Amino acid sequence: MTIIRILKTIFLVEFIVASLMGIKEMFKTKKTINYPYEKGSISPRFRGEHALRRYPSGEERCIACKLCEAVCPAQAITIESTERDDGSRKTTRYDIDMLKCIYCGLCQESCPVDAIVQGPNFEFATETREELYYNKKKLLDNGDRWEEVLAKNIRLDKPYR
Amino acid sequence: MEPTIKMEYINILSSELYKIAFILIPVLVSVALVVWLDRRIWGAVQKRRGPNVVGPFGLLQTLADALKYILKEIIIPASSNKIIFILAPIITMTLALVAWAVIPFSDDLVLADINVGILYIFAVSSLGVYGIIMGGWASNSKYPFLGAIRSAAQMVSYEVSIGIIIINVLLCVGSLNLNDIINAQKDLWYVIPLFPMFVVFFISALAETNRPPFDLPEAEAELVAGYQTEYSGMMYAMFWLGEYANILLMCALGSVLFLGGWLPPIDIYPLNIVPAPIWMILKILFMFFLFALVKAIVPRYRYDQLMRLGWKIFLPFSLFYVVLTASFLFYFDKLPTRLF
Repeated sequence: MTIIRILKTIFLVEFIVASLMGIKEMFKTKKTINYPYEKGSISPRFRGEHALRRYPSGEERCIACKLCEAVCPAQAITIESTERDDGSRKTTRYDIDMLKCIYCGLCQESCPVDAIVQGPNFEFATETREELYYNKKKLLDNGDRWEEVLAKNIRLDKPYR
Repeated sequence: MEPTIKMEYINILSSELYKIAFILIPVLVSVALVVWLDRRIWGAVQKRRGPNVVGPFGLLQTLADALKYILKEIIIPASSNKIIFILAPIITMTLALVAWAVIPFSDDLVLADINVGILYIFAVSSLGVYGIIMGGWASNSKYPFLGAIRSAAQMVSYEVSIGIIIINVLLCVGSLNLNDIINAQKDLWYVIPLFPMFVVFFISALAETNRPPFDLPEAEAELVAGYQTEYSGMMYAMFWLGEYANILLMCALGSVLFLGGWLPPIDIYPLNIVPAPIWMILKILFMFFLFALVKAIVPRYRYDQLMRLGWKIFLPFSLFYVVLTASFLFYFDKLPTRLF
């Protein structure tokens, strides 16, 4: 037993076996995806970049109840609201500090009208800090851009809530 | 009389300078490509893709990295010894490149065909440890210091066994000139009669160039990045380029000593019309492929294991092989006749 082991050590048997295995593995199909050109699938529950959604009529969903602001554990959300001419309460300011945000999804959970949601987008890196202080316009734009996917995700996730 | 002598110097200098550029630029370019190749092989063995975005097949990845390093700020620690701190990567890089002067790429394609070429390479690669220990010491910080000490001890230990391995080859050749060493392998590459020495040389070269599994000086789990911890920007890149130039040098040395340098494998028709430098490059690439493969498959050694391997196994074994080679050559009367 020990003699065999010593012989194996001297003749680097394990090393040669490992080399051959390494060479064999080189020609197998890759396990990784070619990221910027192909992407992995994302769950409908994925908590990525935030977006403020609108009703199909174009009216914004947010009613400025400030539940998300209250629940936010990182206190990343700032909301100011006013009464509009038609008597409804709407936000005048809806800021999310994306650098404070911990992407926990509580804002989405707390929203009674599905206004603030976290979409599937995770590629929103910027070159400056300032670009990551999102305001209402940016969030609504996100909502408009991702609406199709967002609605689909909410529909898919509905049976489990 | 004076001006002509001066002119002569200028002429010699200018003619040499272009030769130096002719060897340095290909070496630097191939270092860049070799870094890419290393990462690709490493990735392929682990079934990853490796860098494949910048340029065709990601070939320009190293160039992009180098550009990034140039644009980065160089941070010099306040408590460091600034002159030595700056000098260290320069020395590493210079020494890694200087040694290429004697590497022959064909019968006459060699910058300096000096008769003690192998000693020159050995001396220059021994000096390489200075760059590392200077960098580690001048950083005036814990991890670089420990890394540098480890690296110095490791390189010195394995220099010894490499030296004795080289003696084996020199016994068979009877000359220190690298072209003579290659020409002596015309009939039989030394990798066949001295195969155990080739293996030991390869492993020692891994240790000498701080490659895995002997990359203890930069064992990131223990020492952050070893002697490079405090370096940033272009200075870090120079350490890095120097390291890879050293690896290529060791590959070139291995192919000169054991794989017959620029000689074709067999001296027959389709093989011997291929230009000599191509064979040399192919052999260097083959050696480098082994280097890269080892990086991917072998776990890191513990420090005491490393020292044990160097001093208690390789050194006695290569000494024993020197005796064996010498006895064999003497008994069968095959000692090289061209003695000084």
